[in-house]
Amino acid sequence: MAELTYREAVADGIAQEMERDPNVVFLGEDIGKAGGVFKATVGLYDQFGPDRVRDTPISEQAILGAAMGAAMTGLKPIAEIMFSDFLAVCWDIVANQIAKSRYMTDGQVNVPLVIRTANGGGARFGAQHSQSVENWSMMIPGLKVVAPSTPRDVKGLLAAAVRDPDPVMFFEQKSLYPVKGEIPDGECIEELGKAKVVREGSDVTIVALAAMVPRAVEAADRLKTEANISVGVIDLRSLVPLDTQTIFKEVEKTSRLITVEENPRLCGWGAEVSSIVSEELFWNLDMPIVRVTTPHIPLPSADELEDIAIPSVEKIFQTVLRSVD
Amino acid sequence: MVKNRVKKKKVSNQKIKKTARAKSANKRNDDIGEELRLKMWRYQLEVRHVEQRAHDLFFQNLIKGTSHLALGQEAIAAGCAASMREDDYSFCTYRGHAHTLVRGASMEGVLGELMGKQCGMLGGKGGSMHLTDVEKGAMGSYAIIGAHLPIAAGAAWSAQYRKSGQVAFCFFGDGTTNIGAFHEAINFAAIWKLPVIFVCENNLYMEYTPISEVTAVEHPAADRASAYGLEPIIVDGNDADEVFRVASKATEKARAGAGPSLIEAKTYRHSGHSRADPATYRPKGELEKWLKRDPIKLYRVRLEEFGTSDDVISSIEEEVMSEVDKATEVAKQSPAPSESSLLTQVWADGGSEWRN
Repeated sequence: MAELTYREAVADGIAQEMERDPNVVFLGEDIGKAGGVFKATVGLYDQFGPDRVRDTPISEQAILGAAMGAAMTGLKPIAEIMFSDFLAVCWDIVANQIAKSRYMTDGQVNVPLVIRTANGGGARFGAQHSQSVENWSMMIPGLKVVAPSTPRDVKGLLAAAVRDPDPVMFFEQKSLYPVKGEIPDGECIEELGKAKVVREGSDVTIVALAAMVPRAVEAADRLKTEANISVGVIDLRSLVPLDTQTIFKEVEKTSRLITVEENPRLCGWGAEVSSIVSEELFWNLDMPIVRVTTPHIPLPSADELEDIAIPSVEKIFQTVLRSVD
Repeated sequence: MVKNRVKKKKVSNQKIKKTARAKSANKRNDDIGEELRLKMWRYQLEVRHVEQRAHDLFFQNLIKGTSHLALGQEAIAAGCAASMREDDYSFCTYRGHAHTLVRGASMEGVLGELMGKQCGMLGGKGGSMHLTDVEKGAMGSYAIIGAHLPIAAGAAWSAQYRKSGQVAFCFFGDGTTNIGAFHEAINFAAIWKLPVIFVCENNLYMEYTPISEVTAVEHPAADRASAYGLEPIIVDGNDADEVFRVASKATEKARAGAGPSLIEAKTYRHSGHSRADPATYRPKGELEKWLKRDPIKLYRVRLEEFGTSDDVISSIEEEVMSEVDKATEVAKQSPAPSESSLLTQVWADGGSEWRN
């Protein structure tokens, strides 16, 4: 058992896959010699060399286009888009090319690649370097969408993403990079599309993703001690595939569902979860489903403003308290 | 603008004179040979007759949606294909019937796809703008301008990494030279010395607007080459032999590890941009002038000059036309795609499930 930070788990996960499979290659801006702007890829260039760990120009379309072309012809590329906000400058390659080529060619084209990107707020970077854009990817048919909340999941889900035969969007939450956690020795791999119950609870179920998971857990602990409310927390881990069965199982026990999302309100992933549970589990519910999200605004940069924009432990705590009352 | 046009004319006159000189030289020293020439003759005819058939089928309402014909541009696809190895990759645009056919894709697969039939090469899921035959190295037709340039660079990267000796050809129009992906991809290919050959088919119009009206330089691809450390290459795109020669040189360079090439092939499309475009914006007499330089017409003369008998020349054309007839019938008889195919092939497991 080793203790690694979330950022160290990224390099550890990539290294595990590059050691296993010589067809795994890695490209992006400043990822090699510089070790990544978030220092999440330190050591890979030295370990695997410039043929497999390739620094690119600031050319997001070229990065993802090249990853796609390589994936179509036998390689298993991992491409980094430095900030998830930058996906907007290469969205054609993601949404029109990578996602759709298999369907449009009736299965002739395979695109087994991983797009890693630093996602989310909390770093005071302002509206163009802080967005949570996992819901952009979720709405495009043909993309798998993963967002880990712990170092162990970073490594295990990254391994699963690399080995998956389909394109996977891998959202690393930048405020989690310094968080430490235990990683088992030996090969570490998780399954895509499996949510994890991280807190058992009998009164309310919270479904959360990435940075919202530790906040939901902290709120659950406070609700237990301060209000004697038993709150279960599900770490969704993957938006596509979506593990609805784990949500159903927990909501059947509690009859109350709250989603906690970092993305802005409209068309956030919680809306889809809420819709599915409403359609299929309506008669089990004891209260309306409640969504806690960032308001529908671009993220501000000042710390006081950003902190009240993104769902906080306090906001989750108060929302649960109010909802079950 | 007027100055530009005059200049352009001058260049093209020089080019024609040069071609005439080359012709007489070739008579003495045929660097291409009859076998290869007949192959390019067949390629050009296959494209010409399949596309003319596609045009006719539109007017019988048997082809829906849109389609972008390359009538008049056949020599580029033919000349490049003749320089490729079977395992080389080619990437093209929504005007990609030509590039797909010359890799050996079946005519019924192409016509069936245009007609939305089960026998279509994509089972009716892609249509005219996405023709693909991976087994033949035709890695797809891309309908968003510029997207496939970095993708082709990626396939070339993969070939370089695997040391397979393959090259990737990437065909696009003059309009593509003004989109960002063009510049990103060429810089990227140049710095990594990727075995990719970018072929700009300059047919003088970006969709409906003359390319000269929207481009800062006279030769939209060649004049940009030096910005990426590449040699400017301009070729007569209506002469399959000339195209073959520059393409062969570029593939040799790519296979030798010396990096990408950017070729600008001057040509002209005989029809409008798409089915919806009657091309009324063309100045009077322009089409007629280019019809005199129809690549098929020129190539028939070329074959005759090199002593290929009229019988051989015509019998290939008859063969191709009968293949097109046969393929048309097969496609017409083919059923529509089955409803059960709607939800297949989103994922590698063949399905489209996104939840449990």
